[in-house]
Amino acid sequence: MSQPVVLGIGYSGFQPSTSHYNIREMIYEAAAKAYEDAGGIDPGSDVDAFVSCQEDFWEGISINDEFVPDQLGAVLKPVYTISGDSLQCVLSAYSMIRSGAFDIVVVESHGKPSEILTMRDIILMSYDPIYIRPLNPENVFVFNALEAKAFMEYNKIDREALGRYVISSLRKGLRGRRNPYASIKNVEAYLEEEYVVEPLTKLDFAPYSDAAVVVVIASEDVAKKFSDEYIKISGVWSVSGTSSIVYDDLREDTMTKIAARKVFDMTGIKDPVREIGVFEIDERISHVPLMVIKALRLSEDVNRDLMMGRFDEEGDLPVNPFGGALSEGNVLEAHGLARLVNAYEILKGSLGSRRYSDVEKILIHSRRWPSSRTTTLAILSR
Amino acid sequence: MSIYKLGGTPLSDEEFKKIIKEITRPNAKYLMSAGQAYSVFFEGLRRGKIIGTYCERCGMIYVPPKIFCPYCFITLDKWVEVADEGKVVTAVASYYSANMERLKEPQIVGIIKLDVPGRTFTSYRFPGLLHRICGASLDDVISQRIFDARVKARWRPPEERKGDINDIECFEVIKT
Ligand SMILES: [Zn+2]
Repeated sequence: MSQPVVLGIGYSGFQPSTSHYNIREMIYEAAAKAYEDAGGIDPGSDVDAFVSCQEDFWEGISINDEFVPDQLGAVLKPVYTISGDSLQCVLSAYSMIRSGAFDIVVVESHGKPSEILTMRDIILMSYDPIYIRPLNPENVFVFNALEAKAFMEYNKIDREALGRYVISSLRKGLRGRRNPYASIKNVEAYLEEEYVVEPLTKLDFAPYSDAAVVVVIASEDVAKKFSDEYIKISGVWSVSGTSSIVYDDLREDTMTKIAARKVFDMTGIKDPVREIGVFEIDERISHVPLMVIKALRLSEDVNRDLMMGRFDEEGDLPVNPFGGALSEGNVLEAHGLARLVNAYEILKGSLGSRRYSDVEKILIHSRRWPSSRTTTLAILSR
Repeated sequence: MSIYKLGGTPLSDEEFKKIIKEITRPNAKYLMSAGQAYSVFFEGLRRGKIIGTYCERCGMIYVPPKIFCPYCFITLDKWVEVADEGKVVTAVASYYSANMERLKEPQIVGIIKLDVPGRTFTSYRFPGLLHRICGASLDDVISQRIFDARVKARWRPPEERKGDINDIECFEVIKT
Protein backbone atom coordinates (compact mmCIF):
# COMPACT_ATOMS: atom_id res chain seq x y z
CA MET A 1 0.00 0.00 0.00
CA SER A 2 1.09 3.57 -0.63
CA GLN A 3 3.14 5.22 2.12
CA PRO A 4 1.86 8.77 2.74
CA VAL A 5 4.57 11.43 3.13
CA VAL A 6 4.70 15.16 3.78
CA LEU A 7 6.18 16.55 0.58
CA GLY A 8 6.01 20.26 1.37
CA ILE A 9 4.74 22.87 3.79
CA GLY A 10 3.94 26.57 3.62
CA TYR A 11 2.47 29.08 6.03
CA SER A 12 1.70 32.73 6.52
CA GLY A 13 0.93 34.81 9.59
CA PHE A 14 1.60 33.50 13.10
CA GLN A 15 1.11 37.10 14.14
CA PRO A 16 -1.33 38.58 16.66
CA SER A 17 -3.04 40.48 13.85
CA THR A 18 -2.81 40.36 10.06
CA SER A 19 -5.16 43.16 9.05
CA HIS A 20 -3.21 43.89 5.84
CA TYR A 21 -4.35 40.54 4.35
CA ASN A 22 -7.74 38.94 4.20
CA ILE A 23 -7.86 35.27 5.11
CA ARG A 24 -8.00 34.10 1.50
CA GLU A 25 -4.90 36.10 0.59
CA MET A 26 -3.12 34.56 3.58
CA ILE A 27 -4.06 31.07 2.41
CA TYR A 28 -2.83 31.88 -1.10
CA GLU A 29 0.57 32.90 0.29
CA ALA A 30 0.79 29.69 2.35
CA ALA A 31 -0.27 27.53 -0.61
CA ALA A 32 2.19 29.12 -3.04
CA LYS A 33 5.03 28.48 -0.54
CA ALA A 34 3.91 24.88 0.08
CA TYR A 35 3.79 24.03 -3.63
CA GLU A 36 7.27 25.50 -4.06
CA ASP A 37 8.57 23.57 -1.02
CA ALA A 38 7.08 20.39 -2.51
CA GLY A 39 9.45 20.61 -5.45
CA GLY A 40 7.37 22.99 -7.55
CA ILE A 41 4.09 21.11 -7.94
CA ASP A 42 1.27 22.60 -10.00
CA PRO A 43 -2.06 22.34 -8.15
CA GLY A 44 -3.97 22.18 -11.43
CA SER A 45 -2.15 19.22 -12.95
CA ASP A 46 -0.44 17.49 -9.99
CA VAL A 47 -2.91 17.60 -7.06
CA ASP A 48 -5.79 15.10 -6.95
CA ALA A 49 -7.83 16.52 -4.06
CA PHE A 50 -7.89 19.15 -1.33
CA VAL A 51 -9.01 18.89 2.31
CA SER A 52 -9.70 21.96 4.46
CA CYS A 53 -10.28 22.05 8.21
CA GLN A 54 -12.27 25.02 9.46
CA GLU A 55 -15.32 26.05 11.43
CA ASP A 56 -18.02 28.38 10.13
CA PHE A 57 -18.38 30.26 13.41
CA TRP A 58 -14.67 31.19 13.39
CA GLU A 59 -15.12 32.52 9.85
CA GLY A 60 -18.34 34.46 10.20
CA ILE A 61 -19.49 32.76 7.00
CA SER A 62 -21.85 29.81 6.96
CA ILE A 63 -21.20 26.91 4.58
CA ASN A 64 -17.70 28.31 4.19
CA ASP A 65 -16.48 25.36 2.11
CA GLU A 66 -17.60 27.33 -0.93
CA PHE A 67 -14.66 29.66 -0.26
CA VAL A 68 -12.00 26.94 -0.11
CA PRO A 69 -11.02 26.31 -3.75
CA ASP A 70 -9.92 29.64 -5.31
CA GLN A 71 -6.81 30.41 -3.28
CA LEU A 72 -5.58 26.78 -3.28
CA GLY A 73 -5.77 26.28 -7.03
CA ALA A 74 -8.54 23.76 -6.31
CA VAL A 75 -11.17 25.05 -8.75
CA LEU A 76 -12.78 22.14 -10.68
CA LYS A 77 -11.20 19.58 -8.32
CA PRO A 78 -12.52 17.39 -5.46
CA VAL A 79 -12.58 19.51 -2.28
CA TYR A 80 -13.53 18.24 1.17
CA THR A 81 -14.20 20.40 4.21
CA ILE A 82 -14.05 19.11 7.77
CA SER A 83 -15.27 21.02 10.80
CA GLY A 84 -12.39 20.02 12.97
CA ASP A 85 -8.78 20.44 13.96
CA SER A 86 -6.38 20.29 11.03
CA LEU A 87 -4.79 17.02 12.19
CA GLN A 88 -8.18 15.44 11.44
CA CYS A 89 -7.65 16.64 7.86
CA VAL A 90 -4.24 14.94 7.88
CA LEU A 91 -5.96 11.69 8.85
CA SER A 92 -8.32 12.13 5.87
CA ALA A 93 -5.48 12.85 3.45
CA TYR A 94 -3.49 9.91 4.84
CA SER A 95 -6.46 7.58 4.29
CA MET A 96 -7.07 8.91 0.78
CA ILE A 97 -3.44 8.25 -0.19
CA ARG A 98 -3.49 4.80 1.43
CA SER A 99 -6.62 3.92 -0.51
CA GLY A 100 -4.61 4.23 -3.71
CA ALA A 101 -7.22 6.47 -5.33
CA PHE A 102 -5.22 9.68 -4.74
CA ASP A 103 -1.52 10.41 -5.28
CA ILE A 104 -1.28 13.98 -3.98
CA VAL A 105 -3.70 15.56 -1.49
CA VAL A 106 -3.32 19.11 -0.17
CA VAL A 107 -4.39 19.89 3.41
CA GLU A 108 -5.26 23.46 4.37
CA SER A 109 -6.27 25.12 7.61
CA HIS A 110 -6.36 28.62 8.98
CA GLY A 111 -7.47 30.76 11.89
CA LYS A 112 -7.96 34.51 12.01
CA PRO A 113 -9.16 35.12 15.56
CA SER A 114 -8.17 38.81 15.33
CA GLU A 115 -11.34 39.30 13.25
CA ILE A 116 -13.70 37.78 15.85
CA LEU A 117 -15.16 40.51 18.04
CA THR A 118 -17.38 38.33 20.22
CA MET A 119 -15.13 35.34 20.98
CA ARG A 120 -16.75 34.64 24.35
CA ASP A 121 -20.23 34.42 22.84
CA ILE A 122 -19.07 32.19 20.02
CA ILE A 123 -17.40 29.83 22.48
CA LEU A 124 -20.58 29.85 24.55
CA MET A 125 -22.46 28.82 21.39
CA SER A 126 -20.43 25.60 21.41
CA TYR A 127 -22.12 24.50 24.64
CA ASP A 128 -25.38 22.61 25.08
CA PRO A 129 -28.13 25.17 24.31
CA ILE A 130 -30.78 23.78 26.65
CA TYR A 131 -28.78 22.84 29.70
CA ILE A 132 -25.42 24.66 29.85
CA ARG A 133 -25.92 27.94 28.01
CA PRO A 134 -28.73 29.16 30.28
CA LEU A 135 -26.31 28.79 33.20
CA ASN A 136 -24.37 31.54 31.40
CA PRO A 137 -20.96 30.65 32.83
CA GLU A 138 -19.14 33.94 33.33
CA ASN A 139 -15.89 32.36 32.25
CA VAL A 140 -16.39 30.08 29.25
CA PHE A 141 -13.24 28.14 30.13
CA VAL A 142 -14.75 26.91 33.38
CA PHE A 143 -15.03 23.37 31.94
CA ASN A 144 -11.35 23.34 31.02
CA ALA A 145 -10.53 24.59 34.52
CA LEU A 146 -12.65 21.86 36.13
CA GLU A 147 -10.77 19.30 34.10
CA ALA A 148 -7.40 20.85 34.99
CA LYS A 149 -8.16 20.94 38.69
CA ALA A 150 -9.39 17.37 38.87
CA PHE A 151 -6.48 16.04 36.84
CA MET A 152 -3.92 17.90 38.94
CA GLU A 153 -5.51 16.77 42.17
CA TYR A 154 -5.76 13.08 41.18
CA ASN A 155 -2.19 13.07 39.89
CA LYS A 156 -0.64 15.19 42.66
CA ILE A 157 0.59 17.93 40.35
CA ASP A 158 0.99 21.31 42.05
CA ARG A 159 0.82 24.79 40.57
CA GLU A 160 4.56 25.25 40.84
CA ALA A 161 5.05 22.29 38.48
CA LEU A 162 2.39 23.65 36.11
CA GLY A 163 4.15 27.02 36.22
CA ARG A 164 7.42 25.28 35.51
CA TYR A 165 5.86 23.84 32.33
CA VAL A 166 4.55 27.25 31.19
CA ILE A 167 7.79 29.14 31.88
CA SER A 168 9.90 26.48 30.20
CA SER A 169 7.67 26.46 27.13
CA LEU A 170 7.71 30.24 26.73
CA ARG A 171 11.54 30.12 26.93
CA LYS A 172 11.77 27.30 24.37
CA GLY A 173 9.66 29.42 22.06
CA LEU A 174 12.48 31.96 21.72
CA ARG A 175 14.31 29.40 19.54
CA GLY A 176 11.37 28.94 17.15
CA ARG A 177 10.39 30.83 14.01
CA ARG A 178 6.72 31.58 14.52
CA ASN A 179 6.45 32.66 18.14
CA PRO A 180 5.29 36.23 18.78
CA TYR A 181 4.52 35.45 22.45
CA ALA A 182 7.76 33.67 23.48
CA SER A 183 9.38 35.28 26.51
CA ILE A 184 11.61 34.86 29.54
CA LYS A 185 9.66 34.68 32.79
CA ASN A 186 10.25 32.95 36.10
CA VAL A 187 8.09 30.65 38.19
CA GLU A 188 7.77 33.24 40.98
CA ALA A 189 6.15 35.66 38.53
CA TYR A 190 3.84 32.85 37.36
CA LEU A 191 2.74 32.06 40.92
CA GLU A 192 1.97 35.74 41.55
CA GLU A 193 -0.42 35.95 38.58
CA GLU A 194 -4.06 36.17 39.63
CA TYR A 195 -6.45 33.40 38.70
CA VAL A 196 -8.63 33.80 35.62
CA VAL A 197 -10.50 30.67 36.52
CA GLU A 198 -8.86 28.59 39.18
CA PRO A 199 -6.33 26.88 38.88
CA LEU A 200 -5.53 28.75 35.65
CA THR A 201 -4.07 32.24 35.21
CA LYS A 202 -3.84 34.15 31.97
CA LEU A 203 -0.34 32.68 31.46
CA ASP A 204 -1.97 29.23 31.21
CA PHE A 205 -3.89 30.19 28.06
CA ALA A 206 -2.27 30.66 24.68
CA PRO A 207 -3.09 34.14 23.35
CA TYR A 208 -4.58 34.29 19.83
CA SER A 209 -2.64 34.43 16.57
CA ASP A 210 -3.66 34.58 12.92
CA ALA A 211 -2.20 31.95 10.61
CA ALA A 212 -2.77 29.89 7.49
CA VAL A 213 -0.94 26.60 6.91
CA VAL A 214 -0.87 24.41 3.80
CA VAL A 215 0.67 20.94 3.69
CA VAL A 216 1.22 18.78 0.61
CA ILE A 217 0.77 15.06 1.31
CA ALA A 218 1.69 12.49 -1.31
CA SER A 219 2.28 8.80 -1.78
CA GLU A 220 6.00 8.08 -1.41
CA ASP A 221 6.30 6.76 -4.97
CA VAL A 222 4.88 9.94 -6.47
CA ALA A 223 6.71 12.19 -4.00
CA LYS A 224 10.05 10.88 -5.28
CA LYS A 225 9.35 12.46 -8.66
CA PHE A 226 9.32 15.92 -7.07
CA SER A 227 11.81 15.75 -4.19
CA ASP A 228 13.79 13.31 -2.09
CA GLU A 229 13.42 15.46 1.02
CA TYR A 230 10.07 14.28 2.28
CA ILE A 231 9.00 13.14 5.77
CA LYS A 232 6.90 10.02 6.33
CA ILE A 233 3.54 9.95 8.09
CA SER A 234 3.95 6.59 9.80
CA GLY A 235 0.62 6.65 11.59
CA VAL A 236 -2.30 8.92 12.43
CA TRP A 237 -5.48 8.29 14.39
CA SER A 238 -8.32 10.30 15.86
CA VAL A 239 -10.61 9.60 18.80
CA SER A 240 -13.70 11.53 19.95
CA GLY A 241 -15.30 11.48 23.39
CA THR A 242 -18.77 12.39 24.62
CA SER A 243 -20.12 15.93 24.49
CA SER A 244 -19.83 16.46 28.22
CA ILE A 245 -17.01 16.66 30.73
CA VAL A 246 -19.41 15.10 33.24
CA TYR A 247 -18.87 11.69 31.62
CA ASP A 248 -15.08 11.96 31.33
CA ASP A 249 -12.65 10.01 33.43
CA LEU A 250 -11.06 13.06 35.04
CA ARG A 251 -8.04 11.11 36.22
CA GLU A 252 -6.65 10.67 32.75
CA ASP A 253 -7.03 11.59 29.10
CA THR A 254 -8.84 8.56 27.67
CA MET A 255 -8.95 9.91 24.11
CA THR A 256 -5.17 10.32 23.90
CA LYS A 257 -4.64 6.91 25.52
CA ILE A 258 -6.75 5.14 22.89
CA ALA A 259 -5.38 7.14 19.95
CA ALA A 260 -1.82 6.43 21.16
CA ARG A 261 -2.43 2.70 21.35
CA LYS A 262 -3.57 2.79 17.74
CA VAL A 263 -0.75 4.95 16.31
CA PHE A 264 1.91 3.01 18.21
CA ASP A 265 0.44 -0.14 16.71
CA MET A 266 0.40 1.38 13.19
CA THR A 267 4.01 2.52 13.61
CA GLY A 268 5.38 -0.53 15.43
CA ILE A 269 6.39 1.55 18.47
CA LYS A 270 6.87 -0.60 21.58
CA ASP A 271 8.55 1.89 23.90
CA PRO A 272 7.57 5.52 23.18
CA VAL A 273 10.06 6.86 25.74
CA ARG A 274 13.00 5.40 23.83
CA GLU A 275 11.69 5.45 20.28
CA ILE A 276 10.12 8.90 19.99
CA GLY A 277 12.65 11.73 19.99
CA VAL A 278 10.40 14.79 20.25
CA PHE A 279 6.79 15.43 21.29
CA GLU A 280 4.78 18.24 19.68
CA ILE A 281 1.78 18.58 21.99
CA ASP A 282 -1.25 20.88 22.17
CA GLU A 283 -0.62 23.34 25.01
CA ARG A 284 -3.29 25.93 24.25
CA ILE A 285 -4.35 25.40 27.83
CA SER A 286 -1.34 24.51 29.95
CA HIS A 287 -2.62 21.42 31.79
CA VAL A 288 -3.42 19.57 28.53
CA PRO A 289 0.17 18.55 27.68
CA LEU A 290 0.50 17.13 31.20
CA MET A 291 -2.58 14.98 30.60
CA VAL A 292 -1.07 13.84 27.32
CA ILE A 293 2.30 13.02 28.91
CA LYS A 294 0.45 10.87 31.43
CA ALA A 295 -1.78 9.19 28.82
CA LEU A 296 1.24 8.35 26.64
CA ARG A 297 2.85 6.66 29.67
CA LEU A 298 5.92 8.88 29.37
CA SER A 299 6.08 9.54 33.09
CA GLU A 300 5.17 7.75 36.30
CA ASP A 301 5.33 10.96 38.28
CA VAL A 302 4.58 14.01 36.13
CA ASN A 303 5.13 16.48 38.98
CA ARG A 304 8.62 15.16 39.75
CA ASP A 305 9.61 14.93 36.06
CA LEU A 306 8.43 18.49 35.40
CA MET A 307 10.57 19.77 38.27
CA MET A 308 13.54 17.71 37.00
CA GLY A 309 13.22 19.26 33.53
CA ARG A 310 12.70 15.98 31.66
CA PHE A 311 10.44 17.77 29.11
CA ASP A 312 12.77 20.74 28.59
CA GLU A 313 14.92 21.18 25.48
CA GLU A 314 17.83 19.24 27.02
CA GLY A 315 15.62 16.68 28.78
CA ASP A 316 15.23 13.09 27.59
CA LEU A 317 11.56 13.70 26.57
CA PRO A 318 11.58 17.11 24.89
CA VAL A 319 8.06 18.56 24.53
CA ASN A 320 7.63 21.43 22.03
CA PRO A 321 11.40 22.15 21.98
CA PHE A 322 10.98 25.13 19.64
CA GLY A 323 7.89 26.42 21.44
CA GLY A 324 4.26 25.35 21.30
CA ALA A 325 0.98 27.20 21.22
CA LEU A 326 1.78 29.26 24.34
CA SER A 327 4.52 30.95 22.28
CA GLU A 328 3.10 30.84 18.77
CA GLY A 329 -0.47 31.67 19.78
CA ASN A 330 -3.78 29.89 19.35
CA VAL A 331 -4.46 29.63 15.62
CA LEU A 332 -7.79 27.78 16.11
CA GLU A 333 -8.24 24.81 13.73
CA ALA A 334 -4.79 25.36 12.18
CA HIS A 335 -3.14 24.27 15.45
CA GLY A 336 -2.58 20.64 14.44
CA LEU A 337 -0.79 21.70 11.27
CA ALA A 338 1.34 24.14 13.26
CA ARG A 339 2.60 21.16 15.30
CA LEU A 340 3.17 19.21 12.08
CA VAL A 341 5.21 22.08 10.61
CA ASN A 342 7.48 22.06 13.67
CA ALA A 343 7.96 18.29 13.43
CA TYR A 344 8.69 18.52 9.70
CA GLU A 345 11.30 21.22 10.23
CA ILE A 346 12.96 19.33 13.10
CA LEU A 347 13.15 16.09 11.08
CA LYS A 348 14.52 17.91 8.04
CA GLY A 349 17.14 19.57 10.25
CA SER A 350 16.09 23.00 9.02
CA LEU A 351 15.82 24.57 12.48
CA GLY A 352 19.59 24.60 12.85
CA SER A 353 19.82 22.65 16.09
CA ARG A 354 22.16 19.66 16.21
CA ARG A 355 20.57 18.49 19.45
CA TYR A 356 17.79 16.79 17.45
CA SER A 357 19.78 15.64 14.41
CA ASP A 358 19.43 11.96 15.31
CA VAL A 359 15.70 12.09 16.09
CA GLU A 360 13.91 9.49 13.99
CA LYS A 361 10.30 9.84 15.10
CA ILE A 362 8.19 12.74 16.36
CA LEU A 363 4.73 12.47 17.89
CA ILE A 364 2.20 15.23 17.14
CA HIS A 365 -0.92 15.82 19.21
CA SER A 366 -3.86 18.18 18.80
CA ARG A 367 -7.15 18.34 20.63
CA ARG A 368 -9.91 20.41 19.12
CA TRP A 369 -10.19 23.73 20.93
CA PRO A 370 -11.70 24.90 23.23
CA SER A 371 -13.68 22.15 24.88
CA SER A 372 -13.93 19.28 22.40
CA ARG A 373 -12.52 15.91 23.33
CA THR A 374 -11.69 15.03 19.73
CA THR A 375 -8.01 14.18 19.85
CA THR A 376 -5.71 13.34 16.96
CA LEU A 377 -2.22 11.88 17.15
CA ALA A 378 0.28 11.39 14.34
CA ILE A 379 3.80 10.00 14.10
CA LEU A 380 6.16 11.62 11.61
CA SER A 381 9.42 9.90 10.80
CA ARG A 382 12.48 10.28 8.62
CA MET B 1 -50.57 5.51 11.86
CA SER B 2 -51.49 8.82 13.40
CA ILE B 3 -50.49 9.86 16.89
CA TYR B 4 -54.18 9.74 17.90
CA LYS B 5 -54.26 6.00 17.34
CA LEU B 6 -51.10 5.67 19.46
CA GLY B 7 -52.88 7.42 22.29
CA GLY B 8 -50.69 10.54 22.11
CA THR B 9 -51.89 13.97 23.25
CA PRO B 10 -51.84 16.62 20.53
CA LEU B 11 -50.36 19.99 21.57
CA SER B 12 -51.62 23.38 20.51
CA ASP B 13 -49.09 25.90 19.13
CA GLU B 14 -49.20 27.74 22.47
CA GLU B 15 -48.51 24.57 24.42
CA PHE B 16 -45.67 23.64 22.09
CA LYS B 17 -43.98 27.05 22.56
CA LYS B 18 -44.04 26.52 26.31
CA ILE B 19 -42.09 23.28 25.93
CA ILE B 20 -39.22 24.88 24.02
CA LYS B 21 -37.25 26.30 26.90
CA GLU B 22 -34.45 28.18 25.20
CA ILE B 23 -34.37 30.14 21.97
CA THR B 24 -30.87 31.44 21.29
CA ARG B 25 -29.90 34.39 19.18
CA PRO B 26 -26.21 34.11 18.38
CA ASN B 27 -24.07 37.12 19.19
CA ALA B 28 -21.50 36.62 16.48
CA LYS B 29 -19.66 39.76 15.41
CA TYR B 30 -16.60 40.06 13.21
CA LEU B 31 -14.33 42.76 11.85
CA MET B 32 -13.07 41.40 8.57
CA SER B 33 -10.11 42.72 6.63
CA ALA B 34 -10.99 43.59 3.05
CA GLY B 35 -7.50 42.53 2.06
CA GLN B 36 -5.08 43.79 -0.57
CA ALA B 37 -7.26 43.40 -3.66
CA TYR B 38 -10.68 44.38 -2.31
CA SER B 39 -9.16 47.49 -0.69
CA VAL B 40 -8.06 48.78 -4.11
CA PHE B 41 -11.48 47.93 -5.58
CA PHE B 42 -13.49 49.78 -2.93
CA GLU B 43 -11.14 52.76 -2.98
CA GLY B 44 -11.72 52.82 -6.75
CA LEU B 45 -15.51 52.89 -6.30
CA ARG B 46 -15.12 55.95 -4.11
CA ARG B 47 -13.44 57.65 -7.09
CA GLY B 48 -16.08 56.38 -9.52
CA LYS B 49 -13.84 53.70 -11.07
CA ILE B 50 -14.28 49.92 -11.37
CA ILE B 51 -10.91 48.23 -10.98
CA GLY B 52 -9.94 44.61 -11.56
CA THR B 53 -6.80 42.51 -11.92
CA TYR B 54 -5.61 40.88 -15.12
CA CYS B 55 -4.13 37.39 -15.56
CA GLU B 56 -1.43 37.44 -18.21
CA ARG B 57 -1.57 33.68 -18.62
CA CYS B 58 -5.28 33.06 -19.32
CA GLY B 59 -6.41 36.61 -20.12
CA MET B 60 -9.09 36.70 -17.42
CA ILE B 61 -9.98 39.96 -15.69
CA TYR B 62 -11.27 39.61 -12.13
CA VAL B 63 -13.84 42.13 -10.83
CA PRO B 64 -13.69 42.58 -7.88
CA PRO B 65 -9.98 41.88 -8.15
CA LYS B 66 -8.09 38.89 -6.79
CA ILE B 67 -4.33 38.84 -6.18
CA PHE B 68 -4.20 35.34 -7.67
CA CYS B 69 -5.79 33.55 -10.63
CA PRO B 70 -7.77 30.56 -9.29
CA TYR B 71 -7.37 28.76 -12.61
CA CYS B 72 -3.67 29.41 -13.34
CA PHE B 73 -2.55 29.75 -9.68
CA ILE B 74 -0.22 32.66 -10.35
CA THR B 75 0.05 36.00 -8.56
CA LEU B 76 -1.81 38.84 -10.28
CA ASP B 77 -0.25 42.28 -9.97
CA LYS B 78 -1.57 44.01 -13.10
CA TRP B 79 -4.47 46.36 -12.34
CA VAL B 80 -6.96 47.36 -15.03
CA GLU B 81 -9.83 49.80 -15.05
CA VAL B 82 -12.93 48.40 -16.73
CA ALA B 83 -15.90 50.40 -18.10
CA ASP B 84 -18.83 51.21 -15.81
CA GLU B 85 -21.16 49.81 -18.43
CA GLY B 86 -21.82 46.51 -20.07
CA LYS B 87 -24.64 44.11 -20.78
CA VAL B 88 -26.96 41.95 -18.69
CA VAL B 89 -26.11 38.25 -18.82
CA THR B 90 -28.96 37.11 -16.58
CA ALA B 91 -31.44 38.80 -14.27
CA VAL B 92 -34.27 37.83 -11.93
CA ALA B 93 -36.92 39.59 -9.86
CA SER B 94 -37.51 38.73 -6.19
CA TYR B 95 -41.07 39.08 -4.92
CA TYR B 96 -40.56 37.67 -1.44
CA SER B 97 -37.75 38.18 1.07
CA ALA B 98 -35.69 35.19 2.21
CA ASN B 99 -38.01 35.06 5.26
CA MET B 100 -41.00 34.69 2.89
CA GLU B 101 -42.41 38.16 3.49
CA ARG B 102 -43.89 39.81 0.41
CA LEU B 103 -41.71 42.74 -0.73
CA LYS B 104 -43.36 46.12 -1.29
CA GLU B 105 -41.39 46.51 -4.52
CA PRO B 106 -39.97 43.49 -6.34
CA GLN B 107 -36.19 43.70 -6.52
CA ILE B 108 -34.35 43.03 -9.78
CA VAL B 109 -30.84 41.61 -9.51
CA GLY B 110 -28.55 40.56 -12.32
CA ILE B 111 -25.08 39.68 -13.51
CA ILE B 112 -23.49 42.40 -15.65
CA LYS B 113 -20.72 41.60 -18.11
CA LEU B 114 -18.59 44.74 -18.01
CA ASP B 115 -16.98 46.18 -21.13
CA VAL B 116 -13.22 46.23 -21.50
CA PRO B 117 -12.29 48.06 -24.69
CA GLY B 118 -10.11 45.97 -26.94
CA ARG B 119 -10.78 42.66 -25.17
CA THR B 120 -13.29 39.88 -25.65
CA PHE B 121 -14.31 37.16 -23.21
CA THR B 122 -16.17 33.86 -23.24
CA SER B 123 -19.78 33.68 -22.12
CA TYR B 124 -18.87 32.19 -18.72
CA ARG B 125 -15.54 33.79 -17.79
CA PHE B 126 -15.64 37.55 -18.00
CA PRO B 127 -15.26 40.63 -15.76
CA GLY B 128 -18.70 40.63 -14.21
CA LEU B 129 -20.49 42.16 -11.28
CA LEU B 130 -23.57 41.04 -9.39
CA HIS B 131 -25.75 44.07 -8.75
CA ARG B 132 -29.26 45.53 -8.67
CA ILE B 133 -30.75 46.51 -12.05
CA CYS B 134 -32.92 49.60 -12.38
CA GLY B 135 -34.93 51.11 -15.19
CA ALA B 136 -36.32 47.74 -16.24
CA SER B 137 -39.93 46.63 -15.92
CA LEU B 138 -40.95 43.31 -14.40
CA ASP B 139 -42.18 42.37 -17.82
CA ASP B 140 -38.67 43.01 -19.24
CA VAL B 141 -37.38 40.45 -16.76
CA ILE B 142 -40.14 37.87 -17.17
CA SER B 143 -40.03 38.07 -20.96
CA GLN B 144 -36.21 37.87 -20.85
CA ARG B 145 -35.95 41.04 -22.97
CA ILE B 146 -33.54 42.14 -20.23
CA PHE B 147 -30.98 39.60 -21.46
CA ASP B 148 -28.20 41.40 -23.36
CA ALA B 149 -29.64 44.82 -22.42
CA ARG B 150 -27.02 47.59 -22.21
CA VAL B 151 -26.68 48.93 -18.66
CA LYS B 152 -24.58 51.66 -17.05
CA ALA B 153 -23.68 52.22 -13.41
CA ARG B 154 -25.77 54.83 -11.61
CA TRP B 155 -23.25 56.25 -9.14
CA ARG B 156 -24.05 57.90 -5.85
CA PRO B 157 -22.96 61.54 -5.72
CA PRO B 158 -19.21 61.66 -4.82
CA GLU B 159 -19.84 63.22 -1.40
CA GLU B 160 -22.14 60.32 -0.43
CA ARG B 161 -19.79 57.50 -1.43
CA LYS B 162 -18.37 55.32 1.33
CA GLY B 163 -15.99 53.03 -0.53
CA ASP B 164 -18.41 50.09 -0.60
CA ILE B 165 -20.42 48.26 -3.25
CA ASN B 166 -23.42 50.54 -2.71
CA ASP B 167 -21.43 53.49 -4.10
CA ILE B 168 -23.06 52.17 -7.26
CA GLU B 169 -26.81 52.45 -6.62
CA CYS B 170 -27.68 50.09 -9.47
CA PHE B 171 -26.99 49.38 -13.11
CA GLU B 172 -29.50 51.29 -15.18
CA VAL B 173 -30.85 50.02 -18.49
CA ILE B 174 -29.80 52.38 -21.29
CA LYS B 175 -30.93 50.25 -24.24
CA THR B 176 -32.87 47.00 -24.42
ZN1 LIG C 1 -5.24 32.84 -15.22
